Amino acid sequence: MTDGSNSPQQQGNGTPTTAKGEAPFIEMRGISKRFGGVRALQDVNLSIHAAEIHSLAGENGCGKSTLIKVLSGIHMPDEGQVILEGKAHNHLTPDASQRFGVQIIYQDLSLFPNLTVAENISFRHHVETPVRLANRNVMRKQAQAVMDRLKVSLPLDELVGTLPIATRQLVAICRALAADARLVVMDEPTASLSHQEVEGLLAVVHELKRQKIASLFVSHRLDEVMDIAERVTVMRDGRNFGTYPVSELDRRRLGELITGHVFDSSVKPPFSSEAAPALEVRDLSCTGQYTGISFEVRPGEILGLTGRMGSGRTELALSLFGMNPPDSGEIRVNGKSVQFHNNREAIRQGIAYVSEDRLSLGLVMPQTIADNTVISVLNRLTGRLGLIDGARRAQTIEHWIFKELRVKTKTADRPVQQLSGGNQQRVVLAKWLATDPRVLILDSPTVGVDIGAKAGIFQVVDALAARGLAILLISDEADEVLHQSHRILVMRSGKIVGAYDPNRTTENQLREAIYA
Amino acid sequence: MPNDTSFLKRAFRRHEIQIAAIVVLMAIFFSALSPGFLSVSNLTTLLESYSVMAIMAAGLLVVLISGGIDISFAAIAAVTQYLVATILVQMGGNWLVAFALAVIFGGLLGAVNALLIYYLQALSVIVTISTMTFYFAILMFVTDGESIYDLPDWFTATIAPLGIPFPVAVAAFVLIITAFVLNRLSIGRQIYGLGGNLEGAKRMGCNILGLQCFVYGYSGVTAGIAGLVQAHRVEEVVPNALIGRELDVLAAVVLGGASLQGGIGTVTGAILGIVLLAIVQNGLTLLGVSSYSFGFVTGIIILASVSATAIAAKRQQKRTIGNVA
Repeated sequence: MTDGSNSPQQQGNGTPTTAKGEAPFIEMRGISKRFGGVRALQDVNLSIHAAEIHSLAGENGCGKSTLIKVLSGIHMPDEGQVILEGKAHNHLTPDASQRFGVQIIYQDLSLFPNLTVAENISFRHHVETPVRLANRNVMRKQAQAVMDRLKVSLPLDELVGTLPIATRQLVAICRALAADARLVVMDEPTASLSHQEVEGLLAVVHELKRQKIASLFVSHRLDEVMDIAERVTVMRDGRNFGTYPVSELDRRRLGELITGHVFDSSVKPPFSSEAAPALEVRDLSCTGQYTGISFEVRPGEILGLTGRMGSGRTELALSLFGMNPPDSGEIRVNGKSVQFHNNREAIRQGIAYVSEDRLSLGLVMPQTIADNTVISVLNRLTGRLGLIDGARRAQTIEHWIFKELRVKTKTADRPVQQLSGGNQQRVVLAKWLATDPRVLILDSPTVGVDIGAKAGIFQVVDALAARGLAILLISDEADEVLHQSHRILVMRSGKIVGAYDPNRTTENQLREAIYA
Repeated sequence: MPNDTSFLKRAFRRHEIQIAAIVVLMAIFFSALSPGFLSVSNLTTLLESYSVMAIMAAGLLVVLISGGIDISFAAIAAVTQYLVATILVQMGGNWLVAFALAVIFGGLLGAVNALLIYYLQALSVIVTISTMTFYFAILMFVTDGESIYDLPDWFTATIAPLGIPFPVAVAAFVLIITAFVLNRLSIGRQIYGLGGNLEGAKRMGCNILGLQCFVYGYSGVTAGIAGLVQAHRVEEVVPNALIGRELDVLAAVVLGGASLQGGIGTVTGAILGIVLLAIVQNGLTLLGVSSYSFGFVTGIIILASVSATAIAAKRQQKRTIGNVA
């Protein structure tokens, strides 16, 4: 990674102009905002045309969320103006913002899981006048009308809590529409959606455009930004870096703009090794989940395993980690046949598993970095009398957190939840590496991690492989497995349907294999 | 995805039907063992004696749906009861005045909970335990634990509009009003929203302080009314008579399917919960079992109910995972 010499392009950083030269629909001009001593936004400009699909891209902590909160009136900017259809607001209130038609869909969607779809969509009906009869017919009709406008069909009488995330997202969009949205802001809308679900969401966004409703996508998934947005505003460190028509960018260039680094997008050289496989799987099957799985990973090799959600990849990974015992077949670790009844046995045999959902499964969020790091090796740190040996504990933490993984923190005594996503992921890695594994299973290691931190994680992964760890990299992002693995297996409906050499495979070929 | 009716809804309906079935079974069981159980006089007494609990349950249900909890309502009932009785004894009055006073005092004492919870950002369980202790201690301190026996004659006289005992009529009225507020008024739907997703409710522009004042105030109002009805029934006001009832009421409401996490619960469920507890406790009394066993039996019933729900949820989860794979 080298530092990119990216001077922002002229368009966008000066006074934004629209294609037709008229006043933009929404314009934020010279916005600055401080929180105590921290400068969150500095002289940020953003302009959105009527019915435009705009994207706001940038790494975590670059000020995207703060900017959105200024637009929604939650934060009052220290300097600058929000200009709505030519009318300048120095003190935009949440109410004024909503009345203008700015509707924010937060990442958590803010829906009511215990109420029906119809009631969620027209919940404003309740808020406007609390003491009156709730007219369910009116609410249902309103919800139906919005659904018709968006050309989606939702089960109006289902409780939202029983719906899949993708459907809930549509409910949230319908609710925004029911509140007469003219700009729908979506904060990381695709973070927890599968590939197909993202496609569905993008179709809805195009439908919004046809209805003359603008959308602002806040995202750090470059693919989507490239696929859908007409223009993208890039932010870096609280400043806006520029606004660019997407047609003039490619994904690599956008990644460089966001991070300020030039990325190496080459694939790995072919891997060859005479060493005996660290992990061998022969004809492994688990009824209803996967069948006839065979593969091997050698020390130092990174084997990519990809497939969409529900293809059986995660179930397989859990079986290898002893948490989902297979029905038949054989697992060999270092040539020795093993049968795991639980994950403690798997850990003892040298298998480490970094889960897909780092927030809920990998870390104890309120506890410190130090405690999280040693939680998996406590029994190895005990001295006489079975008490924890403080010196060895400190040594373990020093070694993994600071020396090997270089987590960005001054002290290991901070709660993990204060770290950024990428650094949290490093702590998870540290926790497992402390167990001294031979095989490392990485399940979607970069979900929710922004692009700069992603690169950092893969540097660590490469370093681990170089030290002789066998790595199984599971991901549904085709470009990730393509660039980060020596060899790729594709799973579909519980079977391995193909093996690919990254040097002879294009990203599109791989995508087709995954989503065929 | 299940099609027309959703899992949660069906599960809840199933929960209500299950409780109803257990109620029927228990009724058959006890009437077989003790012939007096199904007699009109026993059932009337039963209804009457549990109506105070039902009135309080209505208020607590609203709090639980909003995502909070109220432990202080029995103390509020005791304080309100004493205040109203004192005023009635000294200045006279009628039922209208009595109810008006009970609603005002109960509502105010309840609203104090809401203000504390909102402004201190404190857990409702902690706040209401504190106010419970505080209210009750003040009551005992000021009254020296002395009871009021000289209640006005009109207050203790038996009333039975349309042949329905007064406490039962009041309980029915309160429960119907509660169901109406929860299901048919926008504020009731907002309370469900608040319990389902607090952050979401804030973002939708719900007036959180207002809603909480309503919710805890409502619990206070029902407590005040319950205190009044209880004083009418026993024809005296004993400061510590109602203390200790809060957990019984909580148990009944939870048994009826209300979730301690908020957002879920119905009046029908709460009624069934109370009926079940009433039948079991009454049946045991008729069988001559010591009333000390009530707690034991109540505990078992609640554990059984919670386990049944948990097992059903687990099964459902397993099925879903199976379908995905």
